[in-house]
Amino acid sequence: MSEVLNQQAAVTDGAHVAHPHEQAHEHHHETFVSKYIFSMDHKTIGKQFLITGIVWAIIGGLFSVLFRLQLGYPEESFPILETFFGEWAKGGQIQPEFYYGLVTIHGTVLVFFVLTAGLSGTFANLLIPLQVGARDMASPFMNMLSYWFFFLAGVVMLSSIFVHTGPASGGWTMYPPLSALRQAGDGQKLGADLWLVSMALFIISSLLGGLNYIATILNMRTKGMSMTRMPLPIWAMFFTAILGVLSFPVLLSGAILLLFDRNLGTSFYLSDIVVNGEILPNEGGSAILYQHLFWFLGHPEVYIILLPAMGMVSEILSVNSRKPIFGYMAMLGSLFAIAILAFLVWAHHMFVTGLNPFLGSVFVLLTLLIAVPSAIKVFNWLTTIWRGNIRFTPATLFAIGFVSLFISGGLTGIFLGNSTIDIHLHDTMFVVAHFHIVMGVASFFGMFAGVYHWFPKMFGRYLNNTMAYMHFWVTMIGSYLIFWPMHYQGLAGVPRRYLDKRGWVSFNDFADLDKMITVVSIVVFAVQLLFVFNFFYSIFKGRKVRTQNPWGANTLEWTTPINPGHGNWEGDIPEVHRWPYDYGKDGREFIPQTEPVSAQESKSH
Amino acid sequence: MQVLFIIAILVLAFVIIFQISKASEYVAVLRGWERTRKQTNRINAFMLLAFLVLGLIGVYLCNEKFKGRILGEPASDHGVLVDRMLYVTIAVTFVVFLITQIALFWFSYKYQESDDRKAFFYPHNNTLELIWTVIPAIALTVLVGFGIVYWFRITGDAPKDAMQVEVVGKQFGWEFRYPGADGILGKKYFKNVDPAAGNPAGQIWEDSTNKDDVFVEQEMHLVVGKPVKLVIGAKDVIHDVGLVHFRMKMDAVPGTPTTMWFTPKYTTKEMKEKTGNPDFVYELSCDQMCGKGHWSMRGVVVVETQAEFDAWLASKKPQYLVANPDKDPSKKNDTPAATTNAVAIN
Ligand code: HEM
Ligand SMILES: [Cu+2]
Ligand SMILES: [Cu+2]
Repeated sequence: MSEVLNQQAAVTDGAHVAHPHEQAHEHHHETFVSKYIFSMDHKTIGKQFLITGIVWAIIGGLFSVLFRLQLGYPEESFPILETFFGEWAKGGQIQPEFYYGLVTIHGTVLVFFVLTAGLSGTFANLLIPLQVGARDMASPFMNMLSYWFFFLAGVVMLSSIFVHTGPASGGWTMYPPLSALRQAGDGQKLGADLWLVSMALFIISSLLGGLNYIATILNMRTKGMSMTRMPLPIWAMFFTAILGVLSFPVLLSGAILLLFDRNLGTSFYLSDIVVNGEILPNEGGSAILYQHLFWFLGHPEVYIILLPAMGMVSEILSVNSRKPIFGYMAMLGSLFAIAILAFLVWAHHMFVTGLNPFLGSVFVLLTLLIAVPSAIKVFNWLTTIWRGNIRFTPATLFAIGFVSLFISGGLTGIFLGNSTIDIHLHDTMFVVAHFHIVMGVASFFGMFAGVYHWFPKMFGRYLNNTMAYMHFWVTMIGSYLIFWPMHYQGLAGVPRRYLDKRGWVSFNDFADLDKMITVVSIVVFAVQLLFVFNFFYSIFKGRKVRTQNPWGANTLEWTTPINPGHGNWEGDIPEVHRWPYDYGKDGREFIPQTEPVSAQESKSH
Repeated sequence: MQVLFIIAILVLAFVIIFQISKASEYVAVLRGWERTRKQTNRINAFMLLAFLVLGLIGVYLCNEKFKGRILGEPASDHGVLVDRMLYVTIAVTFVVFLITQIALFWFSYKYQESDDRKAFFYPHNNTLELIWTVIPAIALTVLVGFGIVYWFRITGDAPKDAMQVEVVGKQFGWEFRYPGADGILGKKYFKNVDPAAGNPAGQIWEDSTNKDDVFVEQEMHLVVGKPVKLVIGAKDVIHDVGLVHFRMKMDAVPGTPTTMWFTPKYTTKEMKEKTGNPDFVYELSCDQMCGKGHWSMRGVVVVETQAEFDAWLASKKPQYLVANPDKDPSKKNDTPAATTNAVAIN
C-alpha cells in the first residue's frame, strides 16, 4: 500500500512545488483523514463510491444467492441458514417474510446503491474532471457531502437488516398500502421506516452529486473543449445527472407522503382498508398515486443506471477498435432522445392497474418510440467495430458483452411495452428476465468495462488479466444461462416473487430449470468474488503502469501523470484542439485531443 | 455439511485460480508481453465466435426443451388476441436478434487485431443512419398499431349480456360475490365488513339489490361461452387477479375498483382433455406482491355449462339470509329469540 500512496504523495507534492500559487493546490497539512476519508479530491471520492459500491454489491449478490437457494430447492433444508439467521430461517428454511425482505433489500441495494451511486458516483467523479480538463469538481465540498450522505443512507439501510422484525419487505418499489400498513406484515414495521429514511438520504446524495456533475460539465471545460468535443462518457453522465436531478425529487415527495401515511395518520395513499380484521378510518386516498410518483422516477432511474454504461462502452469500443465511434452526433442525439422520452413512458409499468385504456395506448406509443434511439445506438456500435482492428482487453470484452445483453434485453422490452402482451407478461418472471438482462447485467458489464479500462488511471496498476478473462467468460455465459430460460417461465405465466410453486398446477413445471439457475447463480457469484479479490490485490500488487497512455487513447485523462495528484495536471491544463475520436485517421493510429489540427490533415467529422 | 463442502471446494478453486493467474503473468513477462497479448487476443476472438455458435445452438435447445410448457391454447377470446400479438412480436424480434447478435460476434472475430490490417477511419454516414432509424420506426409502428387495436378490443366495454362477478383480494385469499337473480351487485361499504356477523363483504343490507347476492370464497364459477365482467377490488393491500389460461390480469386496488371482461372458451372438463392432464384446473393467482402469503394466494376457477352453473348457484344461499337467518323463508322465523338476535346483529 505504502508504495502507491507514497508515489501519489510524491506527485502531489511535486505539483505543490511547481505551482505554489495555484488555487486548486492549496492543501496544506494533508492528513490521512483529509486525504482518504473526508477527501475533496474527485478521484478519491470516485474510489470511495466504487469501493462502497463493491461492498453493497457483495451484500446484494449474497442475498440473491440465498433466495435462489429457496427457489431452486424449496423442499431442502439448509441448517447453516438457521445458524446465521435464527428464526428467520427456522429449520434451515427461509421463512416467507424473510424471503421478501431479502428480495427487497437485494433490489433496492443493487438498483440504487450499486448501479446508481456505485456506477455514476464512481465514473462521473473520476472521469468528468479528467476528461473535460478540470482540476476538480465545481464544488469539491458538495461532492464530499454527496459521498457521505450516500454512506449514511447505507448505514441506515444496513441497520434495518438487524431490526428484530426484519428489513422492509414490500419489494424495491415499496407499493402502499402494503408498505404503509404496519398490520400488513413484519417487514412493514420499523424496517419500512428505515427504508424510507435511507432512501431520503440517498436522494439528497444523488442531488448533491448530480448538480455538481452538471455544473462541472457546463462551466469547467478546458480551453477548446466545446460541448461537441466532449467524449461520450461525459455526455452520458451529463444526461444521467439531468435525469436524476429532475426525477429524484419526485420520489422524495412520494417517500415523504408515505412516511406521513405511516406515522401521522394522513390518507394520501389509503382508502377503504380492512387489514387483519381491523377497519381503518382512512378514506379518499389513492394507492395508485404512489405508483405514478414512484415510476416517474423509476423509469428515468433505469436510464440513470444505463446511460453511464452506454457512454463508457462507446468510448471503450472506439479506443480498442482503433476506430472512431460511428456517428458521434447520432450517438448524442439518441442519448438526448432517450433522456427526453425517459420522462414520458413511466405508466408502462402500470398498464394493468386500472389505468384509463386510452392513456395506456398513449404510453404504448411513447414506450415503443424509445426503442428507436436504442436501435440507433446498437447499429452504431456494430458499425464502430466493423472493419476495426480490435484489441480484446477485458474492458473490450465486457463492452461487447454489454452490447449483446442490451440487444437481448431491449428486444424483450418491445414485448412488455406493447400493452396487449403486457397483460399476460406483467409481474411474471419474464419481466424479471427483461430488466435483469437489459439493466442489471448490462449495466454491470458497462461498469466492469469501466473498471478494467480506467483501473490503471485510478491506481497506477493493472488488474490481473487471467483472472479478468475468467471473470468475463464465466459471467457472460452464466448471465445468459440464468436469465435466458427465465423468459420461458414468464411466458408460462409464472408470477414473480413466488418462493414455492409446488402448490400450483399451472406453475409447477420448472423445478429442473430453477435448480439449474440456482447452481449457475452460485458459480457466477463466486466469480464476482474473484473479481473483488483481483481488484483489491491489484491495488497493492498489480503490475505497474509504466507508460502515461497505456491504451493509446485520445482523451485528456491520459495526459495526466501516471498517478495524478490533487489538481490532476502538473503544469497548465492542456488545451484541446479536436474531437476525441481521431483513431486511424490519415494512417495514424491515434491523435490525442491535445494535438493541434495540422494543415495537411484530411478534413472529416 | 454439504454447504461447508461446497464452500471448501470454492475456496480451493480460488487459491488455484489465483496461483495460475499470478504465474501466467510472470510467464507473460518472460515470454514478452506483446507476444502473449497477441496470442490472448486470438484466443478471445475465437471464443467470441464459439460463444455465438454455441449460444445459438443453446437458444435452439432451450426452445425445444421448454416450448411445450408455455402458453397452452388460450382459453378465452382475448387470450387468442394476446397470443397472436405475442407470436408476431417473437417473430419480428427474433429476426432482429439473429441479425444483430451474429453481426456483433462475427465482426468481433473477423476484425480482431492483426498486424496486416489498419482500422478503417469511418466516422459517420448519414444515409446509413437514416436507414436504421426509419426501418425500426416502421417496424415498431406496425407492432404498435396491431397492439393498440387489440388493446382497445380487450379493454373496451363488456357486452350487455355479460354476467357480473365481484372479485375481492385480501391477505391471503379470494372472495367472490354473484349478483343473484336481479343481476345487480348490491352496494357495500368497507366499514360494514364484519365476518363474525356474516357480512365479510361489507354489504349494505338496506340496499334491496343486496338481498339475493351470493358470497363464496376461493372458488369462482363461470359459464363457458358467456362473457363475464369481473368487478375487482381489494380489502387491505394491492393484489392482482391473474388468470394465466385466459391471458388476463388486473390489479385489485383497495379503494379504487377496477374491471376486466372476457369470454371463457372451454369448460374445465374440456381443458382436462385438451391438455391431457386429469388434474387440470384454471387457477387464479395473485400477481402483485401483497405480503408474506403472496406466493400461496391461489383461487380456483371452474368453467362449466349454463345448466351446471345454475345448479351450483341455486345451491348457494344468498349472504343476506346467512347473516339474517330469521329472514330465511326456509326456516321458521317466528320465535322471539331469533328476532332479537337479528336486531342485535344489525
Ligand atoms: C426497448 C426499450 C424498452 C422497453 C420498450 C421497455 C419496456 C418495459 C416495460 C413495458 C416494463 C414493465 C413491464 C411490467 O412490469 O409488466 C419494463 C420493465 C422494466 N424495465 Fe424495461 N424497457 C426497455 C428497456 C429497458 C431498459 C434499457 C432498462 C434499464 C436500463 C429497463 C429496465 C426495466 C426495469 C428495471 C423494469 C422492471 C421494474 C419492476 O417492475 O421491478 N428497460 N420495461
Ligand atoms: Cu420503464
Ligand atoms: Cu399477492
